[in-house]
Amino acid sequence: MNEHALNFMPSEGFRARSKEVVENPFLRQSFRGAMDFLIGKRAAQFPSPEELETLRTLGEQIRQYNLGKLPTLLVQLEASLTRNGIQVHWAETPDEANAIILGICQKHSAKLMVKGKSMVSEEIELNHACAAAGIEAMESDMGEYIVQLAGEKPSHIIMPAIHKTKEEIARLFHEKVEGVDYTDNVDELIQIGRKVLREKFLVADIGLSGVNFAVAESGTLCLVENEGNGRLSTTAPPVHIAITGIEKIVEKLDHVPPLLSLLTRSATGQNISTYFNMISGPRKAGEKDGPSEVHLVLLDNGRTQAYADEQLRKTLQCIRCGACMNHCPVYTRIGGHAYGTTYPGPIGKIISPHMLGLEATKTMATASSLCGACGEVCPVKIPIPDLLMRLREESFSAPHANPAMRGQGAGYSRLITGIWQAWAMVYRSPALYKLATWLGSRFNWLVPSNQGPWTSVRTPLKPAPKRLRDLLKERA
Amino acid sequence: MSARDRILAKLNAAPVLPKAAPEIAAWYETHRGIESAAEKAARFRGCIEFAHAEVYAVSHASWPQKLWEVLTAKQVDKLLVAPGTAHGQRAIDVLSASGIACRGYEQPIEAWKEEMFHDIPASLTAARGAIAETGTLVLWPDAHEPRLMSLVPPIHIVLLDASTIHNTFYEVMQNEGWGIESQSPMPTNALLISGPSKTADIQVTLAYGAHGPKELVVLLIGEEA
Repeated sequence: MNEHALNFMPSEGFRARSKEVVENPFLRQSFRGAMDFLIGKRAAQFPSPEELETLRTLGEQIRQYNLGKLPTLLVQLEASLTRNGIQVHWAETPDEANAIILGICQKHSAKLMVKGKSMVSEEIELNHACAAAGIEAMESDMGEYIVQLAGEKPSHIIMPAIHKTKEEIARLFHEKVEGVDYTDNVDELIQIGRKVLREKFLVADIGLSGVNFAVAESGTLCLVENEGNGRLSTTAPPVHIAITGIEKIVEKLDHVPPLLSLLTRSATGQNISTYFNMISGPRKAGEKDGPSEVHLVLLDNGRTQAYADEQLRKTLQCIRCGACMNHCPVYTRIGGHAYGTTYPGPIGKIISPHMLGLEATKTMATASSLCGACGEVCPVKIPIPDLLMRLREESFSAPHANPAMRGQGAGYSRLITGIWQAWAMVYRSPALYKLATWLGSRFNWLVPSNQGPWTSVRTPLKPAPKRLRDLLKERA
Repeated sequence: MSARDRILAKLNAAPVLPKAAPEIAAWYETHRGIESAAEKAARFRGCIEFAHAEVYAVSHASWPQKLWEVLTAKQVDKLLVAPGTAHGQRAIDVLSASGIACRGYEQPIEAWKEEMFHDIPASLTAARGAIAETGTLVLWPDAHEPRLMSLVPPIHIVLLDASTIHNTFYEVMQNEGWGIESQSPMPTNALLISGPSKTADIQVTLAYGAHGPKELVVLLIGEEA
């Protein structure tokens, strides 16, 4: 999967990348197995359908309430964090966010940054920006570390290295980590990662993390994790930089427990993650550890576009659990890399067009059978199938003034639209329909026997020589 | 215009109708029952043991003895303690006679980071409370018992008073008034810990001891064996 560098043109090459995975039985088995495992774990966490349903409704209410006050809450968050001694920065674009982070690094003459898991840092391609500035950015989440060693990107937002077998990881460690013999024992592999990364935590100048929830009232940044690398990244280095999308905000601390419960149960089927880390400030006078500086970068990157439209705003309810991809029949077959975007699967299909524009993502929303599983499992009830339909409309309708989305009409084709209009006209008029079916049945020998992908495994489609109305007439 | 102003201007320009505040208290009231102290302790224990923590029932009088037993069984010869706390002092008093060295966290980490990362096999901290529903310890590190104590040493031993176990995370926040200035203003770092560090990042195979403690031991005071 390596050779397809992610070039942020996901619509280009999507078919080729998907085909590659579909034709690789090992990869298919890995994704199928992992997704079945996660589906089972999640189901076991929600034994009561009534509890699940009411908790999802509560989650939806919390997210919608907070989105309803988003600008006010952002200002309140900024004031609370500033009061607590956390420095707040705002970035409209990935470039701005990278410039802010690199600026902080350079102020501290930083050489090494350790990173807790952050999808937003992937979104802005921070690792490339760091490399270009001569700063080593080291991923410390085990999955992210593996993916970084392999020179790849995460294929799942919760389980980044889900596409790799332990044998592949064993070979990777043996080749890339100094002094490591081949072992495919998972415990030993994890201990190798632990040993390497401990030395990095010890000497890192900067720790970078994402944010799961930012609490406006108290000025608290909350992080969910199992490994302890998030806590190490935010505690051991002298400077901590957190980065988050502007939507991950809640007004009150008591909004957090229901969302945390929905998040960990939906994501990995855990009743809670090993660690829940709530940071409300840098080291205070007299405290003996913790970073002396904490920064938060608030990133827009297209989120304000989604916010402006009532239906599209629901995209921002997401708490990034990944349940939609675990349950998606398309994701399970093609994996995360095929999408070509930072966020794969159903959530990727509805959020990426705001980040990258529809020009680059015009066909993403069509990679769906609209089976509805994603919407059914979403812990905050995002109507993902409706949003996919909306995005198809935005992509393929004729370009018009004041579009709701950048790149509206990017997939518009006069020919295809004309064909559908003609089809609609035929189906609306009984006379035309009668004529069309008569022509179809009499001239069915004109239908080609090679009908592209359909006939690769099926017999050609041909109108019947007699229409239903002809058969009925014969009977009468 | 700054990025801040442009982002806020775009958000403020959106036609957004305010939504009713979520009814969180009502949900917890209907979906989470009231349990006795013993039920909560049992549920806490079951959950955290399921997450691979070791739990020992002790009393206020007996916990130092159990601490010694645990350390001896694990062949630990050095324990990181917080000398500024009563339990830290007690551990020092009891263990120093038994040949287990107590290292106090007395200086800022910069002065001994290398030793912390390479030469501290175990630590002892107290928990502020716990959550029965998820088997979760609540820790609020402070100047006496700093953040890294519960994170870097491979074995983390925690003292927990069974009377401080709450039913849910929501209940802890409500009962203690988290974030309310006159009750429990938020500390620089509040932590929920629900087992030893773990990962399933390689082929969804669960492995313990990822980056944080490999072992978590809870000395549960009040639930005498």
